[in-house]
Amino acid sequence: MTILLDRATPVLVLGITGKIGSFHTQEMIAYGTHVVGGVTPGKGGSSVHNVPVFDTIKEAVDRTQATAAIVFVPPPFAADSIMEAADAGLKLCVAITDGIPAKDMIRVKRYMRRYARENRMQLIGPNCAGIISPGKSLLGIMPGHIYLPGHIGVVGRSGTLGYEAAAQMKEFGIGISTSVGIGGDPINGSSFRDMLELFEKDPDTHAVMMIGEIGGPQEAEAANYIRDHMTKPVAAYVAGLSAPKGRRMGHAGAIIQAFGESASEKVELLRDAGVAISPSPSEIGRTMESLLKKAA
Amino acid sequence: MDIHEYQAKEILARFGVAVPPGGLAYSPEQAAYRARDIGGAKWIVKAQIHSGGRGKAGGVKLCSSEHQVEEAADALFGKRLVTHQTGPSGKTVYRVYVEGAVAIKREIYLGLVLDRKSERVMVVASSAGGMEIEEIAERQPSSIIRSVVEPAVGMPAFQAREIAFGLGLEPALTQQAVTTILGCYKAFEELDATMVEINPLVVTEDNRLIALDAKMTFDDNALFRLPHIAELRDKSQEDARETRANDRGLSYVGLDGQIGCIVNGAGLAMATMDMIKAAGGEPANFLDIGGGATPERVAKAFRLVTSDENVRAILVNIFAGINRCDWVAEGIVMALQKSPVNMPVVVRLAGTHVEEGRKILARSGLPIIRAATLAEAASRAVAAWRNDSLTQVAS
Repeated sequence: MTILLDRATPVLVLGITGKIGSFHTQEMIAYGTHVVGGVTPGKGGSSVHNVPVFDTIKEAVDRTQATAAIVFVPPPFAADSIMEAADAGLKLCVAITDGIPAKDMIRVKRYMRRYARENRMQLIGPNCAGIISPGKSLLGIMPGHIYLPGHIGVVGRSGTLGYEAAAQMKEFGIGISTSVGIGGDPINGSSFRDMLELFEKDPDTHAVMMIGEIGGPQEAEAANYIRDHMTKPVAAYVAGLSAPKGRRMGHAGAIIQAFGESASEKVELLRDAGVAISPSPSEIGRTMESLLKKAA
Repeated sequence: MDIHEYQAKEILARFGVAVPPGGLAYSPEQAAYRARDIGGAKWIVKAQIHSGGRGKAGGVKLCSSEHQVEEAADALFGKRLVTHQTGPSGKTVYRVYVEGAVAIKREIYLGLVLDRKSERVMVVASSAGGMEIEEIAERQPSSIIRSVVEPAVGMPAFQAREIAFGLGLEPALTQQAVTTILGCYKAFEELDATMVEINPLVVTEDNRLIALDAKMTFDDNALFRLPHIAELRDKSQEDARETRANDRGLSYVGLDGQIGCIVNGAGLAMATMDMIKAAGGEPANFLDIGGGATPERVAKAFRLVTSDENVRAILVNIFAGINRCDWVAEGIVMALQKSPVNMPVVVRLAGTHVEEGRKILARSGLPIIRAATLAEAASRAVAAWRNDSLTQVAS
């Protein structure tokens, strides 16, 4: 089993006719993702890589029974697309787009609250690499070949640092059940805690690697959840130990503004919650290996 | 994006916030002229730099004649002010703002921030103004009022009223406070701000509520739809290298170390900095060249990193996902052949087509120090910087 999606999940690509959307549509199809349609307003009736394109998400859902979507729509229009996806009744939406204004994300999250929790679309991202369940499905932009299938859940903000973690674990023969990038923006659809809850419930996931970074309260929130509710072992690395306060490190959300937002403070909170900490980014694989040995 | 105090006051005034009469000056003569124009007997001359803590750094002066205003301005122009927010190199004063002085009875703190926990706009206010919010939080935490705004309806008047009464303002000032708070929220919301701060908001001897200082920060991601805000950008207040990088689509932050970093992805770039530190070195910069590390981008990145004269060694760390290591390697080789750098370059490639990429680096004949892992890359870069014998082994 995987969290969030499996091989059969019918997927729509929002912004499929753009250069990036079209490229990743091809990549996802090659990986085995069940792409059933695309949406670009005004391009309905055309097709991209033999995938039919629709004008609206409702029409696409109606015709294809899609339940998930991936968003490549440019920043000025991305929030609108995400709300359209929620309104069309999709269950899962991964927003890859980088550069969506924070105000638009506040509006998106408020809009999504009009649906009862159990019917609410799960939004992943924006500004993220997406979701991969190695060997099974890909709703993202990761290079599939660096992931070994296995039983570790991975959740992180960053794309390439997530690849680094996957590659290090592969060196130790450790595979991944699902890897989720929750994105580098200050306001995002799903938090570390949301993903930890799913991994805790997933019988195929035996342990979790969490990759945090400076800025925001989500690692602290995750630490509380791990301490009070997680039965599975968790390891973590927090990037930005060498980052100065008050400077933004690339990601819109990677800035230390308040107490508890620096890497060292986050590391302390996670360690206190019983999380195995990788002391440096080169120890991610080794930290997971020794955690698994200890748990066995 | 940050703007100057005078710009923030101009904006907030349009939204109903009361500010003292003031005028901007680019020369001492102009400052004196502004003082005469404003009238009164006392003026404040304030250095306009993108930083708080200007008073302590000598950037704010009280004057009681036009002549004094001119002298104060003359002393400020061209001066580098070092505050707790500017870093050791400080920021240069090119503009001063002259304001009529007001007699202060009471100081209040008013701030609006994007609260990441509630994922909404939050008003933070305190009856203990005049110090930084961090200091208030430490000394008088019970004085802080926090109030989160429901985004679907915006801020209703009662919410502003609750804050005003919470600040212990006398009834005659409540309406002014409500106007100020609602005005700040409207400005925040309409202009995609991420922070509005009035510190201090003062009650004057003649019972008016006035914003004595003002600060606004805007969401960079929203500037595309706010051209009139985007044009308030003042590049003289930014690090020249950061400006150059950002204008070329690279995300760069200058730091104080000696090892320049070129990395794809923000998280991996931070991790690379951490790794350099763990290996005993100090990173000279954060640099994310983005997902697609094209030859042009790599070349730009080399030029940028080597323009920092503190840099003694360069570490390139690329994890190729969608792009390919062989393309990246070609980019590195092209960049180094076109404009050679006279310092050690350590390259670590990983991901798609890594073997082909390594072969291209080896065949190039360039003195590139290769590394297979992140740890190896960092220790080789530190060793190269220290001119250690390890350098010889690796190359």
